[in-house]
Amino acid sequence: MSDADTTRSSTDTLTAPEHTRTRSRGFVGRQLQQLLALASLIALVLFFSVADGNFLTWSNITGILLSTAVIGILALGTTFVIVSGGIDLSLGTGMTLCAVMAGVFLTTLGWPLALGVLGGILTGAVLGFINGFNVAVLRIPPFIVTLAMMLIAQGLALVISGTAPIYFTDVPGFTDISRGEIIPGVDLPNAVVILFLLTAVGAVILRKSLLGRYAFAIGSNEEAAEISGVDVRRWKILIYVLSGVFMGIAGVVLAARLNSAQPSLGVGYELQAIAAVVIGGTSLQGGKGSVVGTLIGALIVGTVTNGLRIMSIPQEWQTVIIGLVILVAVYTDNLRRGREGPMTR
Amino acid sequence: MRKHARGLGVAAAAMLLLAACGDDGGTSGDGDGGGDRPQIALVSKGFQHQFWQAVRQGAEQAGEEFDVEVTFEGPDSESEVAQQIDMLQSAIDRGPDALGFAALDSQAATPLMEDAASREIPVIAFDSGVDSDVPLTTAATDNRAAAALAAEKMVELIGGEGEVALVVHDQTSVTGVERRDGFVEYIEENAPGVEIVDIQYGGGDHLESTNLATAIIQGNPNLAGIYGANEGSAIGVVNAVNELGMAGELVIVGFDSGQAQIDAIRNGVMAGAITQNPIAIGYETVKAAVQALDGEELPETIDTGFLWYDATNIDDEEIQAVLYE
Repeated sequence: MSDADTTRSSTDTLTAPEHTRTRSRGFVGRQLQQLLALASLIALVLFFSVADGNFLTWSNITGILLSTAVIGILALGTTFVIVSGGIDLSLGTGMTLCAVMAGVFLTTLGWPLALGVLGGILTGAVLGFINGFNVAVLRIPPFIVTLAMMLIAQGLALVISGTAPIYFTDVPGFTDISRGEIIPGVDLPNAVVILFLLTAVGAVILRKSLLGRYAFAIGSNEEAAEISGVDVRRWKILIYVLSGVFMGIAGVVLAARLNSAQPSLGVGYELQAIAAVVIGGTSLQGGKGSVVGTLIGALIVGTVTNGLRIMSIPQEWQTVIIGLVILVAVYTDNLRRGREGPMTR
Repeated sequence: MRKHARGLGVAAAAMLLLAACGDDGGTSGDGDGGGDRPQIALVSKGFQHQFWQAVRQGAEQAGEEFDVEVTFEGPDSESEVAQQIDMLQSAIDRGPDALGFAALDSQAATPLMEDAASREIPVIAFDSGVDSDVPLTTAATDNRAAAALAAEKMVELIGGEGEVALVVHDQTSVTGVERRDGFVEYIEENAPGVEIVDIQYGGGDHLESTNLATAIIQGNPNLAGIYGANEGSAIGVVNAVNELGMAGELVIVGFDSGQAQIDAIRNGVMAGAITQNPIAIGYETVKAAVQALDGEELPETIDTGFLWYDATNIDDEEIQAVLYE
């Protein structure tokens, strides 16, 4: 970020009470941003429905939702980190470590289901705490902290699992976390229900809670937030812990879906999650973003991937097209912001 | 600026630490380099997968039998071509008496093969070939023939006609290519009633393969069968069919082994699978390396064998010996 930008933001906070200012401008911007993303999603669904008759069936729609679930949950959590101006590269392998830990708790140690699941989620919270502590207190750049954690988590997942997958075949009810259908009469896998629930919870935390408000403040201008009396260190740690909790939940859902914890999985998932966040309109420079946008972003990636697969487009081209989608999403976002203010915030 | 410098310093220290740990973890029984026994360094395609653990077991078995020191290492995942090349480079730099190598990418390693040749280290390829004249022999499953057997079983199980699709792990490795082509060619030449409607690649990743198998099934409502070309791909297909509540409606033919695949065959979701003989792959590789060190003549390829297993023969002794869990 440039000096000019810092100054502008500082004066923003000085001349107008922070919340009213960001509210009034942020609300319109946010609505527009989400509407655009939603419109793109609807356009994609329409396109694929016309292009291939097998696309718009209930079972394919649930298929898309299910394939979005794990990466989507990861992305919801990382939205907070990115809004606060950070980044988390340890999402993918960290999630795998959470899955492995849940496997150890439930199979090797034989804990009851709820306790084992909780253990897996808490593993994520611990990883998040370590990330947050390193970023906020030791002041190591988030990119480096989470890159190191990515390797540490990957290694630990292999060490703890003894390099072999852990199977949950003998844990009754475990796969229902992902595959079961808790809502009677509705053919919707639980993983999808969890994704939607967490979106709602995440949106409320980001918009209504102190943590959410401070995440925006820190992401917009850390110094200004500090001067206004925000305990930046504490809130940064909490933001990473929250992201870690989402990571833990994603890990449990992943393991339940595969009925196993595959210790070699997870590399590259962080990039898919970050892509979903960016497509959803959250700025990688922090200070701007939304949880619902992230859900839509994840659904856009899931829909494009599924649609191209249904149409039997060669896989090499699928990858190219997903890359283009990310570019277009960020470009249109920049255009819109260009009209609002001088920087790409 | 000062903040950045400090950050980089800490990062560099962490990297060094990690690199040091990594080197130790990846190899086994290494470190006393200068022992009397001949050193044979094996660089595989992976080390944590059950399949590669079985290869390692066979290699160590041969190591004991022929009294040679065997080291075994491999990248974290089967898509880490660059990581594998680094491992191969450092294995060559250690100066072993012989080298065993399973290429993730059949061409990426050619320059290093020349390097090994110039240092007069005999190289035995295993599991899949290398695009190079350097390896003295290749100890591997005849994947093309094995995939053809999978196709033959598929045609039989769907009654000679219908649509089938393939979930393959990748399109760059020899095993990926041969297991796809062997299957496709058999169908094209022998089963005019069977149509291949889709071929997709999931990197052997369970989640990715599950998602793409789901899409394939949705996109092709008349599908009669799916073939998964390795463990992760086959399990992905099984997951997809289970999630869609279509168990038993589609014929699933797999490749390789593993607990989940064995379970799927026992409970009828998967019709059957081809298994390689990973123990034999490891064993024959080390044996060939020893023979090369003794100056013996080696055949161009060593077929380490493959077998079809399904619910009827899964408990046979012959099958149990080559299934790896």
